[in-house]
Amino acid sequence: MIVQPVLVVAAALFSLGIYGILVRRNAVMVLLSIELILNSVNINFIMFDTMLADVLMQGQIFTIFIITIAAAEVGIGLAIVLMLFRNRQTANINEFDLMKW
Amino acid sequence: MEIFEIVTYFVLLLLVSTAVRVVTTSNVIHAAISLVFTLALTSVLFLLLSTEFVALVLVLVYIGAVIVLFLFGIMITRAPLGKNAELDNDKNKKLGAAIAGSIFFLFSYILVNGFEGEVVITSGSSTELLGEILLSRFVFPFELVSFVLLAALIGGITLARKDEALIDEEQV
Repeated sequence: MIVQPVLVVAAALFSLGIYGILVRRNAVMVLLSIELILNSVNINFIMFDTMLADVLMQGQIFTIFIITIAAAEVGIGLAIVLMLFRNRQTANINEFDLMKW
Repeated sequence: MEIFEIVTYFVLLLLVSTAVRVVTTSNVIHAAISLVFTLALTSVLFLLLSTEFVALVLVLVYIGAVIVLFLFGIMITRAPLGKNAELDNDKNKKLGAAIAGSIFFLFSYILVNGFEGEVVITSGSSTELLGEILLSRFVFPFELVSFVLLAALIGGITLARKDEALIDEEQV
C-alpha cells in the first residue's frame, strides 16, 4: 500500500477541521471540528507507525493516549458549553463577548 | 493485493466525503451522525493497516462514548434540530475556506514530497505485544493519563452541576 494517499487524506481532514472551527457558530459544532483534527493526527501516527515498523509501537501507544485525552477534553468542553448556555441562554460563540474590549 | 488497494482507496474517498459533510451540513444531528461515519471509516483504515487494537479502542471510546456525549450536549443546549441557516457564520466562510485550503495544500505538498514508500502489511495480531509495551516501558504515562481522566471527571461534574450557594444568594 502506498503511503501518500493516506497522508493527503489526513491533511484534508485537518484542514476541514480548521474550516469548521472558523466557520461554525454553535460551540458544540466547534468541538466536533476539533475531533476531526484529532482524528487526522491519529491517522498520521498509525500510518507512520506501520510504515516505519517501529519495534516499540510508539505510534499506536501515542494514538491510544490521544484518544484518552480527547475523551477528557470533550467532557470538560461540553461542561463549559453547558455553563455558558446556562448563564447566557445561547450556545453561539459570537455572542460570548463579555471580555471583549 | 489488487482488491486490497481498491478497498483502501474507496475507504479514503468515503472518509473525505463524510468529513466534508460534518463541517458543511446545516443540520446539527446530521453533523454528529456524519462524524460517527468518519470515525467508523477511520477504524476500518486502522484495521487495513493491521493495528486492530487501536481500531477497537476508537470504536469503543469515540463511537460509544464521545458521540453520545455530543448528542447529549446538542440536546441540552437546545440547538435547533432540523435545518438551521444560523449555524454557520457566513461572514467567515470565504476566509475560512482560504485558510483551510492553503493549510491543505501546504501540508500535502510537504507530506507528499517528504515521505514515500510502501507499507508492508504483516499478518498476525500485534495486540499482545502492544499490551506488554504499554505496561512496561510506557507505564508511567499510562498511569498519568488515568489521573488526567479522573481530574477531567471531577472537573466536569463541578463545572456542570448547579451551584446551590449561588442560587440561594440570587433568591435572597
